[in-house]
Amino acid sequence: MDYILDGLAQALRLLFRGDSETFSALWATAYSSSLAMVVSLLLGLPLGFWLGRGNFRGQRLLRTVVDTGLALPTVLIGLVVYAFLSRRGPLGHWGLLFTLPGLAIGQAILALPVVVALTASAVEGLDRRLGLTLLTLGASPRQLALTTMWEARHGLLAAAVNAYGRVVTEVGIAMMVGGNIKWHTRTVTTAIALETGKGEFAQGIALGMVLLAFALLVNLCLIRLRRGARP
Amino acid sequence: MPVRIATLVCSLLTLGMCLSAAPAPAADQLMMATTTSTEDTGLLNYLAPLFQKDTGIELKWTSTGTGKALELGKNCDVDVVLVHAPGAEKNFVDSGAGVNRRQVMYNDYVLLAPAEDPAKVKGQTMAQALAALRAAQATFVSRGDKSGTHMMEQGLWKKGDGQVPEKEPWYLQAGQGMYRTLALAAEKKGYTICDRGTFFKYEADNQGKPPIVVLLEGELELLNQYSVIEVNPAKCPQAKQALAKRFGDWLVSPQGQQLIAGFKAHGKQLFTPNAK
Repeated sequence: MDYILDGLAQALRLLFRGDSETFSALWATAYSSSLAMVVSLLLGLPLGFWLGRGNFRGQRLLRTVVDTGLALPTVLIGLVVYAFLSRRGPLGHWGLLFTLPGLAIGQAILALPVVVALTASAVEGLDRRLGLTLLTLGASPRQLALTTMWEARHGLLAAAVNAYGRVVTEVGIAMMVGGNIKWHTRTVTTAIALETGKGEFAQGIALGMVLLAFALLVNLCLIRLRRGARP
Repeated sequence: MPVRIATLVCSLLTLGMCLSAAPAPAADQLMMATTTSTEDTGLLNYLAPLFQKDTGIELKWTSTGTGKALELGKNCDVDVVLVHAPGAEKNFVDSGAGVNRRQVMYNDYVLLAPAEDPAKVKGQTMAQALAALRAAQATFVSRGDKSGTHMMEQGLWKKGDGQVPEKEPWYLQAGQGMYRTLALAAEKKGYTICDRGTFFKYEADNQGKPPIVVLLEGELELLNQYSVIEVNPAKCPQAKQALAKRFGDWLVSPQGQQLIAGFKAHGKQLFTPNAK
């Protein structure tokens, strides 16, 4: 039990004394997760919109595939992405294994189903008459899409927050694709795994607190964004 | 308006984080796959800066079980490996994946159990002890993760009466690192085999009174040999063999060997250099 209290005290020391290893890990986490989120939102929002709004053959099947993707185990993603990025793999010449952008690819795959599924749900949840009204008002397809997205903005924000939560806390992809390399690809979660493996439980808990503090900061920003978006 | 400003600040912060460049390393970089023990004991944290000071080469490493470390070497994902499983290393070199295998250092394995020693193996040889554990069906906790330690332990069982007690209910496979496996053995009041370095750490964390203690030690077959192997550039054209060789040379040089001998954790020397 002492670990927990020791860990709390140590978390404050790490943050306020400016421990360089901790900040390097925080930076790796922030960098790879931001990159992964940008990619997954760019791909996931239009896909989710299309899936929630559209009316096409195979829609149900696609929806089932995406919903199953929500349960993708991170170690499996890590293994598959490793197989592709390894020098012996088809994308080996990119030289992305054991780098943060390589890690971000795996994390984007993790986030994508979350973004798509929740975006689709948010769009489905809108009043069906919205689209018809917009059409009768003479909206172009682009205006239709943008207005629908705007009306669903709270749902979309929830999608982003959920996906982000999965990305910053995952450890399987970061270990396998990132490699937990000190000063380079050691993220906060792989650092926690390392410290736990070494029996440094207090340090592990401290790093966990640091990660939570970081997540809190991001969510505070998003709350602000949400308030700002309220008309 | 303050809301808008806060939004702006947040967005800028995020953007800044994305754009700010990583601490750009100008040095030559050598990528190594190694086993968890060299990282967990702090040996690499101690050696890497010294190596960089001497040679200007930055050592980057990923630590994992020996099995996976060799797999990374086979797949050309690293330039050099530092591992401890002589049998698997031999296959690695024979298959052409690695070249220039050199002995660097060793420590040793010990058999641990609660001091009560339920199967009464103290004072026996390792082979006798394992036979006694099997006869008594005493709880035994194995790493179960294809690490160097796990392969060594499997070798001991096979040498004894032929079979690893894979499916026996008293044979528990943790599938975890050494430290967590020790904790599991202590909880289950079982026997386990551990490298001495990790046990020192565990002993220190338990204020010198660990719930499991050393029962057997000092046999020749309990030696834990670490070797450095360069990834074969004939198989992996991108492998930086020149840098890998310099790292190996440095490790087996009198200076590197002296540094290894001088590395202490909790006041005890963890590795004995034995380059030829």
